Amino acid sequence: MRVALFATCVNDAVYPSTAIATVKVLERLGVRVDFPAAQTCCGQPQYNTGYRRETEPLVHRMARAFEGYDHVVTPSGSCVAMVRDNYPRIGRKAYAEGRGSALTDVADSLVPRAYELTEFLVDVLGVTDVGAYFPHRVTYHPSCHGLRMLGLGERPRRLLEAVKGLDLVELPGAEECCGFGGTFAVKNADVSTAMGADKVRNSLSTGADVLCGADNSCLMHIGGMLRRQDAPQRALHIAEILASTEEEPLV
Amino acid sequence: MSGTYLGMPAFPEAAHEAVRNDTLRANLRHATHTIRDKRAVAVAELDDWTELREAGKQIKEHTLSRLDHYLVQLEESVTAAGGTVHWAADAEEANRIVADLVKATGEGDTEKREVVKVKSMATQEIGLNEALEAEGIAAYETDLAELIVQLGEDRPSHILVPAIHRNRGEIRDIFRSEMEKWGRAAPENLTDSPAELAEAARLHLREKFLRAEVGISGANFMVAETGTMVVVESEGNGRMCLTLPETLISVVGIEKIVPTWRDLEVFLQTLPRSSTAERMNPYTSMWTGTTDADGPKAFHLVLLDNGRTDTLADEVGRQALRCIRCSACLNVCPVYERAGGHAYGSVYPGPIGAILTPQLRGTASEIDASLPYASSLCGACYDVCPVAIDIPEVLVHLREKVAEQGGPGHRLEKAAIKAAGWVLDHPAVLAAGERVAAKTRRLHPKKLPGPGASQWTDSRDLPEMPAEPFRDWWKKNRT
Amino acid sequence: MTSPSTPRPTSSSTSSSRERILGRVRAALADAPTAPPAARDYLTSHTADDPTVILDLLHENLADYRALVHRTEERELPSLIADLLTKHGAGSVAVPPGLPASWLSGTAVEQRHDEGAPLTPYDLDATDAVITGCALAIAETGTIVLDGGPGQGRRALTLVPDVHICVVRAADQVVASVPLAMPRLDPARPLTWISGPSATSDIELDRVEGVHGPRTLHVVLVTETSAPGGRGGTAAGS
Repeated sequence: MRVALFATCVNDAVYPSTAIATVKVLERLGVRVDFPAAQTCCGQPQYNTGYRRETEPLVHRMARAFEGYDHVVTPSGSCVAMVRDNYPRIGRKAYAEGRGSALTDVADSLVPRAYELTEFLVDVLGVTDVGAYFPHRVTYHPSCHGLRMLGLGERPRRLLEAVKGLDLVELPGAEECCGFGGTFAVKNADVSTAMGADKVRNSLSTGADVLCGADNSCLMHIGGMLRRQDAPQRALHIAEILASTEEEPLV
Repeated sequence: MSGTYLGMPAFPEAAHEAVRNDTLRANLRHATHTIRDKRAVAVAELDDWTELREAGKQIKEHTLSRLDHYLVQLEESVTAAGGTVHWAADAEEANRIVADLVKATGEGDTEKREVVKVKSMATQEIGLNEALEAEGIAAYETDLAELIVQLGEDRPSHILVPAIHRNRGEIRDIFRSEMEKWGRAAPENLTDSPAELAEAARLHLREKFLRAEVGISGANFMVAETGTMVVVESEGNGRMCLTLPETLISVVGIEKIVPTWRDLEVFLQTLPRSSTAERMNPYTSMWTGTTDADGPKAFHLVLLDNGRTDTLADEVGRQALRCIRCSACLNVCPVYERAGGHAYGSVYPGPIGAILTPQLRGTASEIDASLPYASSLCGACYDVCPVAIDIPEVLVHLREKVAEQGGPGHRLEKAAIKAAGWVLDHPAVLAAGERVAAKTRRLHPKKLPGPGASQWTDSRDLPEMPAEPFRDWWKKNRT
Repeated sequence: MTSPSTPRPTSSSTSSSRERILGRVRAALADAPTAPPAARDYLTSHTADDPTVILDLLHENLADYRALVHRTEERELPSLIADLLTKHGAGSVAVPPGLPASWLSGTAVEQRHDEGAPLTPYDLDATDAVITGCALAIAETGTIVLDGGPGQGRRALTLVPDVHICVVRAADQVVASVPLAMPRLDPARPLTWISGPSATSDIELDRVEGVHGPRTLHVVLVTETSAPGGRGGTAAGS
């Protein structure tokens, strides 16, 4: 089984700790993981802002970078959703525009191999207890892409419930969007902030010291608001919780 | 669409005020959360919801793919049943047809002409009330929420409940001060209890119903094979308008057709549950042409295009024409909940409005070009849509069109996207950039000036940059 | 009925718009294949095929939306109707053509028959109640459907008076679901589907009963013979 890590551009540049944690969890479970250096970005920000044609070179790059791997694992629900939902659309549109099937071929090849981290752990490896230890009160925000597009369902929760020492508490209004939405956060900053403020209020009401998610873009937004108000809660990617062990705890 | 919306600012500016209006935020939050929870319960009652949703989608898809055929068939059926069919290419033509029909029914020119109206999105879309007023015809809205909007000289902010932005106290105040100017005054000592407010509307409108000569409606469905029109409602004002006047005029968008009588069995199960979260709405009226000694003697159907054929021509965007106007997407939308309906600058607010309005009106104006961006693409709208319109897909598709046409902000944005795209296609350059960002991290300010950056840092801290990018860690530790 | 023909629009202007709109539709669909007819994988009914279960469900759902539901046997019907009219203090009742005379044999309330010179809207507004039969009733949605047939009258009759008493024959007028109702209804007739009394959700999206239609809806479920174990008396709410 050849497994590649797609770290994502945001994690590579801003949250390397999430990508490192992903590597550690996978290795701990006996998976040999590669990081093909040709990878950059899935193209979601460009595509969702209306720049489909500008996204196409990145789609091709993704195909080249991950050629030959059985599984491409990503600690980001929204980037997997981009591949799964939008690569086929990009391919269909290019085909309809008379530009051949190169992009539909990419989609056909990549879509069945792309996995969000918790999907890969639960569905492919068949594991819910990854041997983690994290003695904190945690609440989980199921980002929209993971919740509605990928249908991650109970997977993240099952993984968190198996973490030793972890006290998982329900997040009120969990299914509601945090207001990040990529360029939405700046194009409609007022509404985005209002949504974020409600999410933060709900999250703080749980008394958790950690707000956990599977998408660092949402966490950048929520975490940025938490820090702005010096809240006694931090935002943390689920991979980092799963990587934490009694021998090597995350503090 | 209605001239009322001309010159609306772009969505973000319009939303700026709404987000800061605490009363509005509280009204919307209360109403949308109430109905969203009830809808979930009503939908969960049906084991075959997924199949009903798929059937509804497919019926509409099939109909749209043969719309010319079904329109001709409908025309035949309605005509055979004693109705008269008119075709209106745009709002102006539809308004002209209706005004002429109303005038043709009048007994004397000096008499003040009036019509009673069933709540209808199509007639709002074309600004019929304003057009009739210009011709000396008074149009009375009879749906409770429409009445509240009309009396308050307000604009609708929700598809199902146009006065959703008003709470009971505000409604009482409007009734107290405005009803007497339009007819029977509000009862003395009117309180804000919903039951009393509904009673006040009953008394106020009854005299208008009893003397009405012309009723104007839309329709939820038109059945091509039988010529049957369907209006789904709750209060009975629809039945009044459809039954008591001598003349009935229905203005209906061409996309409202279903091919067969049997097709209604799908939508009569999905629409009420999606809309008011009821197993069935209190009243549904179905009529086919005219009936001897029962209801109007004359029935006119005005088939409205007004941008629908342009929408139909768009392979991705045409799915918006499947909409059955249930408003479930509004009730679950986090953006609608905060920005309110008025910010959308159209009679169609919320997620469906954000994809319908720019297609019906085009994207030339500032507000229309901003609508496809009025969404975080969270997908809650798609989840609840009873005809499975993939609203996020259409939003992104329309963003592409707006970005292509250029316009304010989009040229710079395109240049930036292109530059970023070049970097992202050159991993070595990207890595160098990441390293610079990491090395200079101590110098990064918490707040940034300039478009984009300040919109972020006004309300959120930037993340702290790491000591090194992941790719450098990998190189050091795993290769 | 499916072959295209040339109908007669009312004016030359709409006639040209007709051609314009149909032309635009055809142009818009030029490259689009015809989508297949819909798959109908949904259920015909969500309820067990048992008349007792179906009748109980109808009762429950009608009551849930604040209709006042009564069960009675055929021979008790006149006295029940008389009681209901008395309870409302009704002085007059609108009577549609074809209503069985026996239904009103127990009451002395003034009967206003909608025959010969039909009752005007103002007459109806001054009438306290109306009594009708129905075409059928749908259990899963708590709906009665009127089609203007004998004993039902024209639509205005059941709309303007404030009290509507509707009699449903349990033996042959109750179906389980909407899909089972459709083939039994004739779309050529004017149909009114009624699910509880008039209501609105227009104030804060909260449901309130009683706006323009009858604010009280009595539904009488009539059985021919004694039904063992059936619910009796009046039930409202749930």
